[in-house]
Amino acid sequence: MKIVVCIKQVPDTTEIKLDPATGTMIRDGVPSIMNPDDKGGLEIALQLKDKYGAHVTVITMGPPQADDMLREALAMGADRAIHMSDRKFAGADTLATSNAIAGALRMLDFDLVITGRQAIDGDTAQVGPQIAEHLDLPQVTYVEDLQFDGNKTFTIRKSLEDGYQMVQVDAPCVITVLSSANKARYMSVRGIVEAYDREVEVWTYDNISVAEEKLGLKGSPTRVWKSFTKGAKAAGKVYEVEPNEAVDIIVEKLKEKFII
Amino acid sequence: MDFSLSKKEILFQQMIREFAEKEVKPLAAEVDEEERFPLETVEKMAKLGLMGIPFPVEYGGAGGDNMLYSMAVEELSRVCATTGVIVSAHTSLCASPIYEFGNEEQKRKYLPKLCSGEWIGAFGLTEPNAGTDASAQQTMAVEEGDNYILNGSKIFITNAAYAHVYIVMAMTDKSQGTRGISAFIVERDFPGFSIGKKEKKMGIRGSATCELIFENCVVPKANLLGKLGEGFKIAMKTLDGGRMGIASQALGIAQGAMDETVKYVKERKQFGKAIGKFQNTQFQLADLQAKIQAVRLLVRMAAWKKDKKLPYSVDSAQAKLFAAETAMEMTTKAVQFHGGYGYTREYPVERMMRDAKITEIYEGTSEVQRMVIAGALLK
Repeated sequence: MKIVVCIKQVPDTTEIKLDPATGTMIRDGVPSIMNPDDKGGLEIALQLKDKYGAHVTVITMGPPQADDMLREALAMGADRAIHMSDRKFAGADTLATSNAIAGALRMLDFDLVITGRQAIDGDTAQVGPQIAEHLDLPQVTYVEDLQFDGNKTFTIRKSLEDGYQMVQVDAPCVITVLSSANKARYMSVRGIVEAYDREVEVWTYDNISVAEEKLGLKGSPTRVWKSFTKGAKAAGKVYEVEPNEAVDIIVEKLKEKFII
Repeated sequence: MDFSLSKKEILFQQMIREFAEKEVKPLAAEVDEEERFPLETVEKMAKLGLMGIPFPVEYGGAGGDNMLYSMAVEELSRVCATTGVIVSAHTSLCASPIYEFGNEEQKRKYLPKLCSGEWIGAFGLTEPNAGTDASAQQTMAVEEGDNYILNGSKIFITNAAYAHVYIVMAMTDKSQGTRGISAFIVERDFPGFSIGKKEKKMGIRGSATCELIFENCVVPKANLLGKLGEGFKIAMKTLDGGRMGIASQALGIAQGAMDETVKYVKERKQFGKAIGKFQNTQFQLADLQAKIQAVRLLVRMAAWKKDKKLPYSVDSAQAKLFAAETAMEMTTKAVQFHGGYGYTREYPVERMMRDAKITEIYEGTSEVQRMVIAGALLK
């Protein structure tokens, strides 16, 4: 099985600070990381590799420093890394990004394309589904568990706001994964030692056949009206208990907060 | 001269910090409180290759170097000194001498198992009457057919209860003094070998420190490490590497105590302001920070010289001496900055203070380090 995982380097914060005057992100002093949902996706790919011997390619579109994130993916166990880097890709919104990545995917052989659900810097959750549309492939979004029958069928648990849905889909397909699907592995020491000696392929505009007007700023119909920082939300707590006990806990919590 | 970390080192630091923070730190207080060897952490470290960092891939190692190994011990010790010393004793005191002094057969037999973490390693030099005076070895090894028969005991052996293989020094010819000491690779299943009492310690309480007992212990001749009579030399060279490891541990403890202190003095308010706003706090922390950074440079230099195969015995002694004393000073002051809270087990600084003390004692006391440094200075 051949898997391609689309990953993105993002600032390490769920609370991105915005310049109040321009509404753009202030990236200075914020370390960059692999987007958490993408890391969850890479982990699913690596688990399939462990179990079925899959070949895992990671691909990203981004500035030169995204190379470090690709090395991290190699150190975690990816087999091949592709860095799409070209001025013609710059300034892309989700549509232009998905056009470029779909263009690269057309040049690759795969059974499964994995993306993260969404990136923590933009929170759009659009690129994965758009890639599937460009490639005319079935897609399953918000994946929190995936089982493979060893042949060509995936049985997927897809997260919904109020529960989950079990879905079956055949390869080739696109899935978008939640970081909560798993606990991504650490890089191995040997993987780290070798990461910078391995090849990261740099792909430019010339490596893909996509019309220039569909890429970068030119190919981006999105106009930003207003940017804002989303409100902080406390982490919830899950109690796995019998209904009777659950009622007591709920009543207790509501009393604690003086709601009842 | 370049003081920056390489991209590889930055990536490694990113991994080991995350691992320490998420996997090691949550267990640190419990491991100390219950005097429990964190076997589950060793298994996790083994999976990532942390039990064989500086050894070549052909022997099952991660193909890294001593710089990465030192950084690993530092970052692990920053949150849990017990975990730091488990890796340090295993790597520096057992796998290293086999790699550096073992023959090909010994390397092929032991290194893959040690590097994969399937086996844990330990080192036996200290005896009840041979501490700083390591030459006063009383454990005897007598040749008998294809074997050596060992009799005697070793004390204060880190990892002892959980180790599978031990580098053990024993006297093969008493008339030769230190040249009559030889090194042996002893497996825990060898007949006549047993583990004695477990020490109840002040700090690093999760590391299983025990006595090793040899009662007509049968060690095959194939397990002589290096040549007959080279044991003392092997022990001293091994301790050069070990001291670099313990210096890294002490550095980590000092940094961990600084991290906790910085967090605390920003939050704790007295007389209407955070105690970090008082110049007394600021000046003391500034002095400590400068010392920690100086320690870090000494430790990195020792590791760098070992990697470059340059003589590093004095560098290692300097790094360990200064690291250990800085760790002790930093942790003692960290408790003071925390006041009454720091004296309780609600906060990690009292544990760090107890852990720091051993770094001034084991693998050569601070006095021994001064002897090594002065010896080179005045030769």
